[in-house]
Amino acid sequence: MVTIATQGLSVALGRRPVLHDVDTRLEPGALIGVIGPNGAGKSTLVRALLGLVPATSGGVAIDGVPVAAIRRADLARRIAYLPQGQTLHWPLTVERLVALGRLPHLAPFSRIGAADLAAIDRAIAQADIGHLRGRVATELSGGERARVLLARALAVEADALIADEPLAALDPGHQLEVMALLRVQAEAGALVVAVLHDLTLAARHCDRLLLLHEGRLVADGPPDTVLTAERMAEIYGVRAWIGRLEGRRLVVPLDHHG
Amino acid sequence: MSRALLIGGLAVLAVVAGLLSVAVGAVPIAWARIAAVLAGGGDDVARTILIDLRLPRALLGLAVGAMLGISGAAMQGFLRNPLAEPSVLGVSSTAALGAVIALYFGFATLHLAALPVLAILGAFVGLGVLALLSGRSESPLTLILAGIAVSTLAVAGTSLALNMSPNPFAAMEIMNWLLGSLEDRSFQHVAIALPCIALGVVLLLWDGRALDALTLGEDGATSLGVDLRRTRLRLLVGIAIGVGGAVAISGAIGFIGLIVPHLVRPLTDRSPGAILLPSLLAGAALLTLADVAVRIIPTTAELKLGVVTAFLGVPIFLVHLMRERRLW
Repeated sequence: MVTIATQGLSVALGRRPVLHDVDTRLEPGALIGVIGPNGAGKSTLVRALLGLVPATSGGVAIDGVPVAAIRRADLARRIAYLPQGQTLHWPLTVERLVALGRLPHLAPFSRIGAADLAAIDRAIAQADIGHLRGRVATELSGGERARVLLARALAVEADALIADEPLAALDPGHQLEVMALLRVQAEAGALVVAVLHDLTLAARHCDRLLLLHEGRLVADGPPDTVLTAERMAEIYGVRAWIGRLEGRRLVVPLDHHG
Repeated sequence: MSRALLIGGLAVLAVVAGLLSVAVGAVPIAWARIAAVLAGGGDDVARTILIDLRLPRALLGLAVGAMLGISGAAMQGFLRNPLAEPSVLGVSSTAALGAVIALYFGFATLHLAALPVLAILGAFVGLGVLALLSGRSESPLTLILAGIAVSTLAVAGTSLALNMSPNPFAAMEIMNWLLGSLEDRSFQHVAIALPCIALGVVLLLWDGRALDALTLGEDGATSLGVDLRRTRLRLLVGIAIGVGGAVAISGAIGFIGLIVPHLVRPLTDRSPGAILLPSLLAGAALLTLADVAVRIIPTTAELKLGVVTAFLGVPIFLVHLMRERRLW
């Protein structure tokens, strides 16, 4: 079980301040969505949670221990991370790529074991990429590649998963499937944090939403309280229809008003 | 192809290349006499030629080739750039400059070790300047740009030495050294190069898994538990010591470090860690075979090793590139 807490977290990239004074506590067993307009600081927040960018003031604690004080190798076993984008520098096969997720568990110079192979198989099955197993990952479509990279993160089998835009480039069917997959992880007791742009999916599947605006955490709570028509107008600059269809939440942007 | 088969095959190839290098030379020696020497007996003339003249050359060919091969593979993996090679960081140029300084000021004639020691010193000065220029940045591009600056400066220094040479003979001596050769090397050269190369190889083999993780970029690798700063330190020091030691003995031999990783990559799962050991073995075999070719090809002036590796390497490289280009 992993709990991540931030206290007065501020981050600057170069000289530009990106996050201001973020206070939150992310508990296990929940699917938490991070939403906000472009440039709001969503990716920087999740990178800061992993200690990938240093805090200029305040800080991040994993189970009460400052993230900077935790050895990288230990942190890697506890929190899996799916970075934004589809960075892939070598034409590896899908199976080999997913196997990278087992690196944190391998002792130096040891071979990959039966437990690792089982974890790789599970991750491949969960992400529905069994038919792509032998393909070269750089030759896949954007959506296929996104699922392969998600499988790579799942293969770590960590107590927490932080995914930066896991739905980007996915078709509607696979978007629903990936959200359901993240839900299953959360219900099994993991802490799942996902940066999302699709507000309908965020509202429908997440237990809790963090809304960022200009580097500040402006709302933090259940989807119904975070996503209101007033906030949509104020933060996204859109008039939106928020309601329910067949009992499921819907957030539909209607028009943009600058 | 299975990994054990690949590594076994390349190891056999390297051993064969080493044996050929001992067997082939200016003076033809019958295989029976060679076999007798290898078995521990043989006549004095054959012993002297084989053990004192050809064996060090064969050992240096294998060691220098191994170092160039593995450092090319490590650099391509670390910089995530298929164009990377050992000289990208500029340390081989600064090592060459160190050697040129030894030749220019005549230190090289004072003691056999003067030239290699100055070359290794040059590699470390290059590494220091590189570290200063690239600072704490983890971006591969910063390192490449800093390497270009270091390399350009060192090449300019070498050109200056050629420019200022007191006479054509001094300039020829420098030029000849720069073309790269393993001729007339002794066991003293082996004693200088081998420890440097061994240390370099160990440091480069260390980070295979970190290089694999870097396939996912810096954030991806860090989140998989890689300490990028330590990885970078090990790689840079490994390259400086190993390539510095190799260049100190052989002169600048281009292309091996660039092409060998490309040649072995299709035979592996293409992850950067998996090509380290095969690149080491293939580099050893390729450079030693090129050094045999230097001796077999009849020419009026002596053919330089650096020239042969380029002529031998480019066609092989192009064929592979054509076959592989859909992947890039």
